[in-house]
Amino acid sequence: MSTTTSPTPTATAGPRRPAASPGRAFLAVLWRDLYVTGRELPVFLAQVVLQPLFLLFVFGKVLSDLGFTQPGYTRVLFPGILALTAVVTGLQSTAFPLVIDFSFTKEIEDRLLAPLPVGMVAVEKVVFASLRALLAALVMLPIGVWVLGSIPWRSSGLPLFATVLLLGCLVGSCLGMIMGTAVPPNRINVMFALILTPLLFTGASQYPWASLEQLRWFQVVTACNPLTYVSEGMRAAMVPDVPHIRPWVSVLVLAVTIVASLAIGIRLFLRRAVD
Amino acid sequence: MDGNGQVPVVEVRDLVKRYRKAKTNAVDGVSFAVRRGEVFGLLGPNGAGKTTTVGILTTRVRRTGGTASVSGVDVGVDPVRARSLVAVVPQRNNLDRSLSIRQNLLFHAAYHGVPAAERARRAGELLGEFGLAERADDKPDMFSGGQAQRVMVARALMHAPEVLFLDEPTTGLDPAARLFVWDRVRDLKARGVTIVLTTHDMDEAAQLADRVGIMDHGKLLALDTPAALTRGLPGRTTLEVAVALDGTPADALLRELGALDGVERVEPVASPHELRARLYLAGEAPLLVAPAAAVVAGHHAQLTDVTIGAPSLEDVFIALTGRALR
Repeated sequence: MSTTTSPTPTATAGPRRPAASPGRAFLAVLWRDLYVTGRELPVFLAQVVLQPLFLLFVFGKVLSDLGFTQPGYTRVLFPGILALTAVVTGLQSTAFPLVIDFSFTKEIEDRLLAPLPVGMVAVEKVVFASLRALLAALVMLPIGVWVLGSIPWRSSGLPLFATVLLLGCLVGSCLGMIMGTAVPPNRINVMFALILTPLLFTGASQYPWASLEQLRWFQVVTACNPLTYVSEGMRAAMVPDVPHIRPWVSVLVLAVTIVASLAIGIRLFLRRAVD
Repeated sequence: MDGNGQVPVVEVRDLVKRYRKAKTNAVDGVSFAVRRGEVFGLLGPNGAGKTTTVGILTTRVRRTGGTASVSGVDVGVDPVRARSLVAVVPQRNNLDRSLSIRQNLLFHAAYHGVPAAERARRAGELLGEFGLAERADDKPDMFSGGQAQRVMVARALMHAPEVLFLDEPTTGLDPAARLFVWDRVRDLKARGVTIVLTTHDMDEAAQLADRVGIMDHGKLLALDTPAALTRGLPGRTTLEVAVALDGTPADALLRELGALDGVERVEPVASPHELRARLYLAGEAPLLVAPAAAVVAGHHAQLTDVTIGAPSLEDVFIALTGRALR
């Protein structure tokens, strides 16, 4: 190092390389994802809102107007659809991009080579997917008013509503991280069909969990789906008169699921990212 | 430390990598050091362990044993810091398809903490230098292999790395794009950028690298300047003869060619349809054309081609491994 002849290793003229800062790198990586989503916001919203919109329209409006559902069913349905939007959007926002990135485009490599721990790249994916899920769920509020005429809303339920919504976004994103890193690329179509469809219909979105007592086996199945606790938590916040799982149980189950699935997801992510 | 008392920019000692479920080591006890400002080439066939070695140095592959460091930072112990010191141009296009070329450069610099004004200035400079200014706002999906390669080199330089790793930089490129990459590598060297490149192309290694490490089956077989490596071969010049055998046993013919006066060594070169023998000579090659032809005629075989050459890195590889590079 004491030699004076060695040339300075700067690639371009100007100040030296900045000190590596994991925090700054994390924000830059998050900003990249937000920037790309922001630029194609209408496409993104159409992509995530269309499915819940149709569910809401057919089950909440068409069937109800035709008299096939009882009056008041929309009060049960709407909180469930919000829950479904949050969880499924979160799940798709981590799972799809990760499968494509790791298996095909390798775009993520530039971020894996950024000066931050690889596990933080995984955490960034979860944070970003949760933000997308949150946006999609919030957009469903005006859509609900538009489709149904009115939505059940209680200001006193707001703290629980916000808590359950956030947990729902996170639980979907964390589960998506597991799917996106565990499923081999050639199986992705099959896996999404095998996982997503059951997830949609066993999550107590379209029916209150307590009402399944006559259908005991199905009640047990739905109790295994994290979406059930988001749907039930939403009902506890928005329509507390409908029988629901006790809020603290829902919140606890969701919190535990998030911690466990995030830990597994990061492990799987590290296995894909570092040989 | 090397002989000049400099701390090496890249240092690898007894490096071992065994992938999960693999039966052999992909990298098997490799040691070398790269000096500041040097272009260092790792030459070897596919599967030799070059890309794995680069993968370890760039923190994308976890080593099984040994040490690897960049500017004194152990890449296994402090991968985050190591990542700010290295840049990688991979074999395949991994540009961000959601971003334009310019944004690819800008975001890369942002990940590495380069301040905004500095990012914009550097991106402008590099885009101009790499002939990309006019297409700066295009998306990378429409780019050819050579153009994508250029963008990736420009992107790699955005955070002023201590070492630039080029993994098979010209594989799959057309000849013009290849020459462009070679020129860029020479420019970078002139600016003092330390470069580690992997290649299975001996011309490329001889053209670009100050020193070449020859790898095969995870081991580093030789390491020196291209000139010193070829000088170390027993023969100074070579005579390659191609023979249509028509049933003549090859062994006897090779033995007899090897026994000719002035021939130090003879090696068969892999060739599907004919026998190709490379004679390593102590003296002048033209003097041996007639005697070699006579030997071939004596075996009732037909001489189909004669080539005179100085020993190349390929000859070094053949001498070390007993087979051709490709």
